Amino acid sequence: MTEERKKPVKRPRVGMPEQDPGQRIRNFKEVPFGYTSEMAIREAERCLGCKARECVAGCPVEVDIPRMIELVRDGKFLEAYRVVRETNSLPAICGRVCPQEEQCEIKCLLGRKGEPVAIGRIERFVADYAMQRGEAELDRPRPRQGRVAIVGSGPAGLTAAGDLAKLGYQVTVFEALHAPGGVLMYGIPEFRLPKDIVHAEVNLLRAMGVDLQLNVVVGRTLTVDELMKDGYQAVFLGTGAGLPTFMSIPGETLNGVYSANEFLTRTNLMKAYLFPEHDTPIKAGRRVAVVGAGNVAMDSVRCAIRLGAEAGIIVYRRSEAEMPARKEEIHHAVDEGVVFRTLTNPVRILGDERGWVKALECIRMELGEPDASGRRRPIPIAGSEFTMEVDTVVMALGTSPNPIIHQTTPGLEVNRWGCLVADETTGLTTRPMVYAGGDAVTGAATVILAMGAGKRAAVAIHRELENL
Amino acid sequence: MFKIAERRDLTPVTKLFRVQAPLVARKAQPGQFVIVRVREQGERIPLTIAGYDREKGTITVVVQEVGKTSGLACRLEEGQGFPDLAGPLGRPAEPLLIKTGRAITVGGGFGVAPILPIAGLLRQWGVKVTSIIGARTADLLILEDELAAVSDEVLVATDDGSRGTHGFVTQVLQDLIDKGQRIDQVIAIGPMAMMRAVAGVTQAPGLATLVSVDPVMVDGTGMCGACRLTVAGEVKFACVDGPLFDAHQVDFDEQVRRGKMYAVEEKRALEACRCGGGHQ
Ligand SMILES: Cc1cc2nc3c(=O)[nH]c(=O)nc-3n(C[C@H](O)[C@H](O)[C@H](O)COP(=O)(O)OP(=O)(O)OC[C@H]3O[C@@H](n4cnc5c(N)ncnc54)[C@H](O)[C@@H]3O)c2cc1C
Ligand code: FES
Repeated sequence: MTEERKKPVKRPRVGMPEQDPGQRIRNFKEVPFGYTSEMAIREAERCLGCKARECVAGCPVEVDIPRMIELVRDGKFLEAYRVVRETNSLPAICGRVCPQEEQCEIKCLLGRKGEPVAIGRIERFVADYAMQRGEAELDRPRPRQGRVAIVGSGPAGLTAAGDLAKLGYQVTVFEALHAPGGVLMYGIPEFRLPKDIVHAEVNLLRAMGVDLQLNVVVGRTLTVDELMKDGYQAVFLGTGAGLPTFMSIPGETLNGVYSANEFLTRTNLMKAYLFPEHDTPIKAGRRVAVVGAGNVAMDSVRCAIRLGAEAGIIVYRRSEAEMPARKEEIHHAVDEGVVFRTLTNPVRILGDERGWVKALECIRMELGEPDASGRRRPIPIAGSEFTMEVDTVVMALGTSPNPIIHQTTPGLEVNRWGCLVADETTGLTTRPMVYAGGDAVTGAATVILAMGAGKRAAVAIHRELENL
Repeated sequence: MFKIAERRDLTPVTKLFRVQAPLVARKAQPGQFVIVRVREQGERIPLTIAGYDREKGTITVVVQEVGKTSGLACRLEEGQGFPDLAGPLGRPAEPLLIKTGRAITVGGGFGVAPILPIAGLLRQWGVKVTSIIGARTADLLILEDELAAVSDEVLVATDDGSRGTHGFVTQVLQDLIDKGQRIDQVIAIGPMAMMRAVAGVTQAPGLATLVSVDPVMVDGTGMCGACRLTVAGEVKFACVDGPLFDAHQVDFDEQVRRGKMYAVEEKRALEACRCGGGHQ
């Protein structure tokens, strides 16, 4: 960029309007409304246009952020969209769910003294702008020899599928559930990521010729070996980390105890909040304790409140500083009246005479020395047990990969956490022409990391298929 | 769309569907199930596979009307279909079955349907098969001829005495045990109360007994844990660890209780649509 950059304007970060908390806890509509064109320009004007371009390095798919911001500042929104789309195939989603504060925004020079440029909000604006104008269409690829099977339609699978289809390969995506999108559909709630956006992204893939086969559980309906035999030259496994974790404490099979996966799947994928127009019920309860403090926990507790719970309580064994959720989600949860019980760990779930949850017995914790993860280890304080009255308990303690695939694919190795072993740069597994990426390889992580893995695998698959 | 190739009304509230599902038919094994939805807004429910034809690419399922979703399913006609159907899921029965001697199968209500392929498998191995079937009344007995074709004998019990033994299937089973006949394994599928009663009868003589549990499910692939149950003091997921389990290790009380988790909602759903529940 040789042209002279306009001078940055010093002003505080432009806020993003959002639904009032008192109102939004009664609906599932999206919480933030997004920037208007004017807001986006005003925020873009804050960018220093520095030479360091550290923000790009902070982005797992290296979006040319300074260029995007510059174009937005000049009102060239569609051009800005194209810049983002060069490296990020799901910008409307990433703008909403990426942990920007740990990736691009943390690197922003402005952030050293004040607030960084709101890169995520600008990205979201650009993507929404293009989608609303139907400008999101992609160029029609020139067909090329080669068939690739993608297993799983989460961000990893969708990205790999999109990139390979762009190169002209025949791509088929196999998805176990009845709807594509992975966690974007079944996990992340409507009020944070409207499902229309996921549908739009999936439809773009369809328009590019990607074939979507739903209701196919690979390992059961078809195996990886059968896919290879059926003429797919390469397989990409983007099967995620879908297995829930329970605490193995007494009372976990009482009525009213859910895994976050079940609670969120019922609510989001099955639309239990529209029961009985939609057939799937949910028992949100009156007082809901959600155990954990990641994005999954925040989503669960905020769903519970919208489903009518009087009290939504986060129970977390470490302190506020260690909570892994995006800052914005924690902030939204606080605004919505969620109660945080930190340094608290459940030891037992108590039931009534009919077998329904009536209370959660917890113990207080204190922080000791840092553990392997670098976070200070929580240690129970002897004799500090107490009970809190609740009628629903949701376990949001992390997830691990489903063993179905590796159990049914000879030669496919997993590590001791059950994650598929795959090369970091290519995604190649221990089976030739079988690639993997996303949560299936890393364990539960982020949308953008899954996309990055899908991208790298697409490049690697292309390199192999070209040489066939 | 998974097209219904054939529909048969087994009783006024029990329908058999042969469904076009070639990939599932290619892999299906006795003991496994599929997850279906009956409409776009529908919930995901498990249906046990009652048969399959690998050449024709069809599987057979039997649905009994008990609530809204099963009621809607029972209204599906030939040519219509299930918008979604995934499977085959769960562990096949094969490794759990004793492949010699004599087996008793016990089918209560529409549980006779999933018994069919299991009895067929046992017969293939040369196991002598005695099948006991039961229902409230003679008109509600299903698939008797089909079962007879894969059994050495079929014994019938009805609650009202309109056919066979007047009483429950467990009485017939108890009689066989009391006669001191050789029994290597019992396989019981039906309502939870029936399976629990069978487990009670076979416990004292120490007869190996399998039951197929039928908990609430969502995904059917191990993802949600809705299907949790305690077996031998350990928490299992019925959809991936089952659905067949050692009857003497299953915590039936817990299963009955968990089965009632959505009783209020089920009633509400039924009232809201007034579509199902010709029964009870
Ligand atoms: C509630 C929740 C909130 C989250 N919030 C955020 C957030 O704000 N920001 C963020 O960056 N990340 C967030 N994450 C994490 C993020 O969603 C995941 O890291 C990401 O979706 C992983 O993508 P993936 O493609 O690897 O797998 P997934 O999205 O899990 O997709 C895997 C897909 O594969 C399918 N599948 C699995 N097994 C098979 C099989 N055998 N055959 C066929 N299909 C199969 C599954 O049904 C699923 O559709 C959140 C996760 C959850 C659960
Ligand atoms: S039905 Fe979800 S884990 Fe079994």
